[in-house]
Amino acid sequence: MSTIRVLVGTKKGAFILASDGRRRQWGVSGPYFAGWEIYHIKGSPRDPNRLFASQTSGWFGQIIQRSDDGGKTWNAPGSSPEELESPNGFPKGESNKFLYAGEVGTHKWYDGTQHPWEFKRVWHIEPSFTDPDTAFAGAEDAALFKTTDGGKTWRELPGLRRAKGHLWQPGAGGMAAHTIILDPKNASRIYVAISAAGAFRSDDGGETWKPINRGLKSNYELPDPDAEVGHCVHRIAMHPSRPDVLFMQKHWDVMRTDNAGDQWREVSGNLPTDFGFPIDVHAHDPETIFVVPIKSDSEHYPPEGKLRVYRSRSGGNEWEPLTKGLPQENCYVNVLRDAMAVDSLEPCGVYFGTTGGQVYVSADEGNSWNPIVRDLPAVLSVEVQVLP
Amino acid sequence: MIRVALPFHLRNLARVDGEVELAIADPVTLGAVLDALETRYPALRGTLRDHVTLKRRPFIRFFACKEDLSHEPPETSLPEPIVRGEEPLLIVGAMAGG
Repeated sequence: MSTIRVLVGTKKGAFILASDGRRRQWGVSGPYFAGWEIYHIKGSPRDPNRLFASQTSGWFGQIIQRSDDGGKTWNAPGSSPEELESPNGFPKGESNKFLYAGEVGTHKWYDGTQHPWEFKRVWHIEPSFTDPDTAFAGAEDAALFKTTDGGKTWRELPGLRRAKGHLWQPGAGGMAAHTIILDPKNASRIYVAISAAGAFRSDDGGETWKPINRGLKSNYELPDPDAEVGHCVHRIAMHPSRPDVLFMQKHWDVMRTDNAGDQWREVSGNLPTDFGFPIDVHAHDPETIFVVPIKSDSEHYPPEGKLRVYRSRSGGNEWEPLTKGLPQENCYVNVLRDAMAVDSLEPCGVYFGTTGGQVYVSADEGNSWNPIVRDLPAVLSVEVQVLP
Repeated sequence: MIRVALPFHLRNLARVDGEVELAIADPVTLGAVLDALETRYPALRGTLRDHVTLKRRPFIRFFACKEDLSHEPPETSLPEPIVRGEEPLLIVGAMAGG
């Protein structure tokens, strides 16, 4: 039977939750990197025991950690005991060196003036489908970095910031490249989403980029209905069988494109509110999507104090609330953009973590839910691995 | 040997217990100690000071013999008790965060 590994990043460390394919009994290990913010952990599709983690701190800055044994042991790439004793001398310790390429440049600041890019942290790490040494990192201030040596060194792909970067502006949560989607059928195609700049696509492996925001409406933030950039995209999701179809949770509005982002249309339909953060697609049905509506950008909690996942089986517009097993009174947690994931078992499992420290699992496509853990630190990210 | 006391999180990152000891040739300056520390423990690079500018991170502080050297330039010589190994150079995560 398969093993499930849920990788959880929190405000105060990382946790690994493990179960068999029934997804009923769970073991919890951690905290790893106790006391540090773990924005994201993700495993390599090519080598599932290779995990990358983004570890950050207001005091000590950015650390990249890597495990090659499924999370049992971790090292900053280039500083494992074996590498420290290498005859080649001491490693350079550059696994956390994220330098903007060339002229640093400027972006739009809160007061409308231009402000230099300043690296703050890595929000998301997306490992390559084919090479366990290759991964992409989405940074705040927004930029995309790539490693081809297992995280020992990173270089920026500066073409992203040339896509009208001078017009990007940080939102209340900063200005981060938080979503990276690799096209499983086209190695040259990459999608990135940035708050508050929008969605972007590269068709040449990340060298050049173009904004793909046509159809997004941000009436209050962007009076220009044709604004190419500046949209506050919260999350994008794709089903691997249909990489030209993307679903987006925007600041307000749930959106869909059927042509790789060239044109978007709203599919919020009957949602009680179309504000939210995460969005994900069912592993086996590319028309089934999940969101967690949040009351508003002023009140970051579920409407009516009821934690409800909404599922559409029609690719949007028609939504049903999923409540069984979720608190339906006095619940005022949030679910952050990287804190939802699906597994590839049958039936599809759905997972999400909350700012209240719960991680919920549904082993039946969202029909019913159970908490795996209730009292972790605020959850920043959730990823799932299915191991043979 | 120069003794250096690291904050809790950086001891974990460097995988050391207690103080670290570094052999440093004269003159023993603040910058020379940080250089030696980062060479011996590469995982600490970027956590104390910027990779390129070598500017101290805002919430890192350096203390020697009850003196705050945080704002001193890297060529600052460390006090004799530090040089003789009688006192450690303290690297501290500043009290911050509310």
